[in-house]
Amino acid sequence: MTLVLNEEQRLLKDTAKDFISRVMPVSALRTLRDQKDALGYKREHWQQMVELGWASMVLPEAYDGLDFGYMGLGAVIEESGRTLAASPLFSTVVLGSTIIIEGGSEEQKSALLPGIAAGEISLALALEEKPHHQTTGFATTAVADGDDFIIQGKKVFVLDGHSADQLIVATTMESGIGLFIVDASASGIDRRRHHLIDSRNTATIEFKQVRVNKSSLIGDAVQGQNILNTAMDYGRICLAAEMLGAAKECFERTVAYLKERDQFGVKIGSFQALQHRAAKMYIELELSKSVVLDALSAIDDKRADLPQLASLAKASLNDVFELVTNEAVQMHGGIGVTDELDIGFFLKRSRVATQILGDSSFHRDRYASLCGY
Amino acid sequence: MSDLDQFRQTVHAWLEENCPPAMRTPITREEQVWAGKNKVFPNQDAKLWFERMRDKGWTAPEWPAELGGGGLDERQAKVLRDEMKRLGCRTPLFDLGIWMLGPAVLEYGTEEQRQQHIPSIVRGDVRWCQGYSEPGAGSDLASLQTRAEDHGDHFLVNGAKIWTTNADKADWIFCLVRTDPDAKKQEGISFLLIDMDNPGVSTTPIELISGESEFCQTFFDNVKVPKANLIGELNKGWSVAKSLLKHERKLMAEIGGDTPGPSFSPVQAGIEYVGLDSSGKLRDHGLREQLVSHEMAYRAIGLTHFRSFEERMNGVADNNVPLIMKYVGTEESKRKEEVLMAILGQRALGWYDDEFNADELLTNRGWLFSKALSIAGGTSEVQLNIIAKRVLGLPT
Repeated sequence: MTLVLNEEQRLLKDTAKDFISRVMPVSALRTLRDQKDALGYKREHWQQMVELGWASMVLPEAYDGLDFGYMGLGAVIEESGRTLAASPLFSTVVLGSTIIIEGGSEEQKSALLPGIAAGEISLALALEEKPHHQTTGFATTAVADGDDFIIQGKKVFVLDGHSADQLIVATTMESGIGLFIVDASASGIDRRRHHLIDSRNTATIEFKQVRVNKSSLIGDAVQGQNILNTAMDYGRICLAAEMLGAAKECFERTVAYLKERDQFGVKIGSFQALQHRAAKMYIELELSKSVVLDALSAIDDKRADLPQLASLAKASLNDVFELVTNEAVQMHGGIGVTDELDIGFFLKRSRVATQILGDSSFHRDRYASLCGY
Repeated sequence: MSDLDQFRQTVHAWLEENCPPAMRTPITREEQVWAGKNKVFPNQDAKLWFERMRDKGWTAPEWPAELGGGGLDERQAKVLRDEMKRLGCRTPLFDLGIWMLGPAVLEYGTEEQRQQHIPSIVRGDVRWCQGYSEPGAGSDLASLQTRAEDHGDHFLVNGAKIWTTNADKADWIFCLVRTDPDAKKQEGISFLLIDMDNPGVSTTPIELISGESEFCQTFFDNVKVPKANLIGELNKGWSVAKSLLKHERKLMAEIGGDTPGPSFSPVQAGIEYVGLDSSGKLRDHGLREQLVSHEMAYRAIGLTHFRSFEERMNGVADNNVPLIMKYVGTEESKRKEEVLMAILGQRALGWYDDEFNADELLTNRGWLFSKALSIAGGTSEVQLNIIAKRVLGLPT
């Protein structure tokens, strides 16, 4: 267990911060939104991220990965949160590759992981079916038919689902949860992209009698739930890291504004009512930072309390991101509700991020259950 | 094996051998061993445990060995703390001298002052109390009025102090006194040590809402104090005070330390007093939500303590983190007490009665006492002011 970055990780974080702020500021997301960009991220940005090693960072060396660990990847993702940078990093590397690494066969690993490391293959996890996060009991089914399986069902809120090359589908099977890797262009797959408030990417995907070979099952139906749980926890922790970066950025912009904005003949930052609220946000951010670092290090150390930490991290960052974005808008006053100011992008992203892989209520419930009450 | 691992093994073995089993159970308020001329030991094991730790210098593990301390570095001291916690070892000696005055004397005292006070604090020979606040001053510490006039070879002290914790049981008091009434608020203050046996010193306890009276008022009526008792420079006591306040706040931020309370954790209390439903959840979902919010915050605070320690050890310290800990530690302690009260329901409401067991009575005493935590040592509001100005740099 460690809660500080080592020299190498710090260096990586600085590089990431420099790259992100230079190449992918919030205005890059604004452009994607305004141009109703079909892909939803810029391919050359993703390629540059790949060249920096971000796609291969947590992949095993045997498959062209760097095996650098999640403390490092988390640091990068945190920086990407500062500008709400859009890329397939989360869906492909964190969610997708974790499932392949945890449960995939040798063939599946060698077919996919080197391609992921090279930025040539993107993945999306087709998981949710309801308005709220769901971890089991899927209505989407996979039924055996000779050497094949037939997948039938409808998935919503699939992150990067419209653009991914390969889809990982969570299904109910006779004996448990089946995770299938399916080519996105397979027949019977219908993908509809949605434009959400955060201007990032999600899709609804229908699987109409999609026939896949049994070789596309990841692990088996008995292991399916555990593999999925691991990937969801890694996802929760990495998303928490992104939310931490975004919340920090939003907070720092707000504090800067408190120092420059004059009202009633003084800087508004001199008002105690605002000072105390700003101080409380700072405190919450510092606590969140510890929680995220511990959760990331728990992934690297393969600690047994990972599920608790994942829920702690996600619930904490849901709450602090909501607090900071609400306060940021309020403290900016009228300009805070204009589209011209970037603050609104953070507000919108916070609510989308909250729903991804479980809101605070979900995670408090889970944490309490994991702790035996 | 690293040196630190080796040290951990040695410490563990030593504690196993030297800490009597009776000293590895949760401590009650009555069983705490406080420093002082007339130390009281609840039993022979407590005396033995104290003497063994004292002889190792481990009553003050990080202080210089040549002054009687343990001579450990910060990492080793943490190992000792961790191992003591792991075995459930009680704190062998309680004293403000160890927690607050000692570090200030080590930092600001002369060689003579160190020789005079540090070894005696380590040995627990003197019980210290603190004289900072004054009636009417509250958190506005620098407005203090107690005066120490220069009378050649000594100061003559007149005034009154309030919230002097356990002053009625203390041997000496460390005080902030005004030595230059004409200087600006914080610039005419000095830091003075006063033997409470001196003629003119008197103390009366203040009864609190918890029914206890560990806080006192202390009065100084023409008290003669030798000049050798001045710590740091004349009129520069504010810097000594600030350094000492840092220690006090750190102490108050350490949650779940040695403060005696009910023997159950909030979760255990929840399971016992509220019960689980068929799905293994606390029956009352509102209480469950309150409990889990507290438990999560508590864990986040613990992790932040640890992060702060690690950052210091790795030389990447963000010096602002300790500033948040007093606020967040005391506020969360209050929340914990509120949750416990809610969980125990009517069983938490007994004042004194055979009907209620010790844990139930301790619960409401703890709840009432917790209200003082966010007031003493600088109110939560003062802490937020400090963060806003010093950390965030917001304008005045």
